Amino acid sequence: MPQRKVHPFGFQGRGGSPNRPGAIEVNRPYLCYVARVTETAPQRTPFYDEHVRLGAKMIPFAGWLMPVQYTSIVEEHQAVRNNVGIFDISHMGQLVVEGAGAREWLNATLTNNIDKLAVGMGQYTFLLNERGGTIDDLIVYQIGDQKFLLVVNAARTEDDFAWLQKRLCAPIQIENRSADFGGVAIQGPRLLELFHALFGKDMQPPPRNAIAELPFDRTNVFVARTGYTGEDGIEVFFRATDAVKFWNATLEKGKPFGIKPCGLGARDTLRLEMCYPLNGSDLSPERNPIEAGLGTFVDLTKPDFIGRDALLKTKEIGSREKLVPFRMKEKGPPPRPHYAVFHNGERVGEVTSGTLSPSLNYGVGMAYIDAAHAKIGAEIDIEIRGQKFPAVIEKKPLYKKSAS
Amino acid sequence: MNVPDDLLYTETHEWIKREGENVRVGITDHAQSELTDVVYVELPKMDRQANAKEAVAVIESVKAASDIYAPVKGTVVEINKALEADPGLINREPYGQGWIFVLKIDNADDLKQLKDAEAYRKQIG
Repeated sequence: MPQRKVHPFGFQGRGGSPNRPGAIEVNRPYLCYVARVTETAPQRTPFYDEHVRLGAKMIPFAGWLMPVQYTSIVEEHQAVRNNVGIFDISHMGQLVVEGAGAREWLNATLTNNIDKLAVGMGQYTFLLNERGGTIDDLIVYQIGDQKFLLVVNAARTEDDFAWLQKRLCAPIQIENRSADFGGVAIQGPRLLELFHALFGKDMQPPPRNAIAELPFDRTNVFVARTGYTGEDGIEVFFRATDAVKFWNATLEKGKPFGIKPCGLGARDTLRLEMCYPLNGSDLSPERNPIEAGLGTFVDLTKPDFIGRDALLKTKEIGSREKLVPFRMKEKGPPPRPHYAVFHNGERVGEVTSGTLSPSLNYGVGMAYIDAAHAKIGAEIDIEIRGQKFPAVIEKKPLYKKSAS
Repeated sequence: MNVPDDLLYTETHEWIKREGENVRVGITDHAQSELTDVVYVELPKMDRQANAKEAVAVIESVKAASDIYAPVKGTVVEINKALEADPGLINREPYGQGWIFVLKIDNADDLKQLKDAEAYRKQIG
């Protein structure tokens, strides 16, 4: 039995959890806040040398040098839909909030209801400004009686940390642990087989949205049953010094299951097929979660949280615009962010995310559209280089796994 | 990376094949490998006149849209309609069935401005 001597975040919960099979539905955006690119030299994750060795195209992203693709976005996308893929998510930020009253304070800061959590559980939630606009979307995990782990978007880490620290009241403390840790997402229908190959056949992954500390090769790692792809998956966090060991073990043990290392390109097409929002594109300080169609992660029955008054007003008068997914009706150029959206010749909105869907082989996207036109089945036109192409507003998600 | 000796090249990764008074134009093996997964090609209009370095076509990969430039001044006299049904030809046969358009050139001397294979190889390292 491997020794358990390293405790990445000082986890106080139990070591493992019974597995509950089923696809992950609640996921979170892991690409980041594209609008805010830092001017300084990009940082390297613990996997940088591995990415280069594997022939990845590296791009600066949210202040980090990240792989955008290794072989092909389509191949990597299909690996995750059909087998299993591994992504470097070391650029994500990890903030630890701890101390008597941490739960109450976080509940008055974030939108979702933290009282629904117990130790070892996580939830998708928002950090809003007073106008109800989105500063960040994140997952908060309860990892102790009064201890919480916040996993935030890479480009937002420092600003989130500063924003939270400014509003903190003693004896609650917040620590930015991002630099100490590496992380990977392992996603795909063959996740469970790979999980057992990595952690042992008697070990079970935590249930959906839960987190557990598991022994791995004389160290301990955090395993969360979350992701950003719509497939079953886990996200694993470990000390930066253990990162390469974990990466190589996963690629080696994943070979029989057809594993592929996957870059930000596939991450984006996978999340967009599921209509998971990307902060900085689909979410911004000028947009609130209700307009974005994510009201289920906002508990307005809580007595107070930052942005609540503004959201109540939005609820009362209704959103002016809504974020909707759409699909192009014909083969043609894929939609891209900032393309204009028309209805009967009148401009009614703007695309925030768009790509060719490798699963559907059609252009797909999301757009903010005047609420009056934001109806499922409504016909719209996307203007691409001066020409209008027909599209139709769809239900979420754009891609549904066929029943097997 | 394949850089055939008998073609000319631009800094923007188009290849150019002399065919009498015309030139056939496509994108290089290096360019297609950088783009990967070409999913849509917007061809130039027939009979369009273009100056050198003017954007005349668009290639879309999953990730991004890229302009394709006229290598020299001329008129579009042929376009590769096969790319409309099978844009992946650009990935599979960048120098063959993946050609994009044919330009009738105004002045053959303009071709002297283009790179030879050796200069292009140096450019892409």
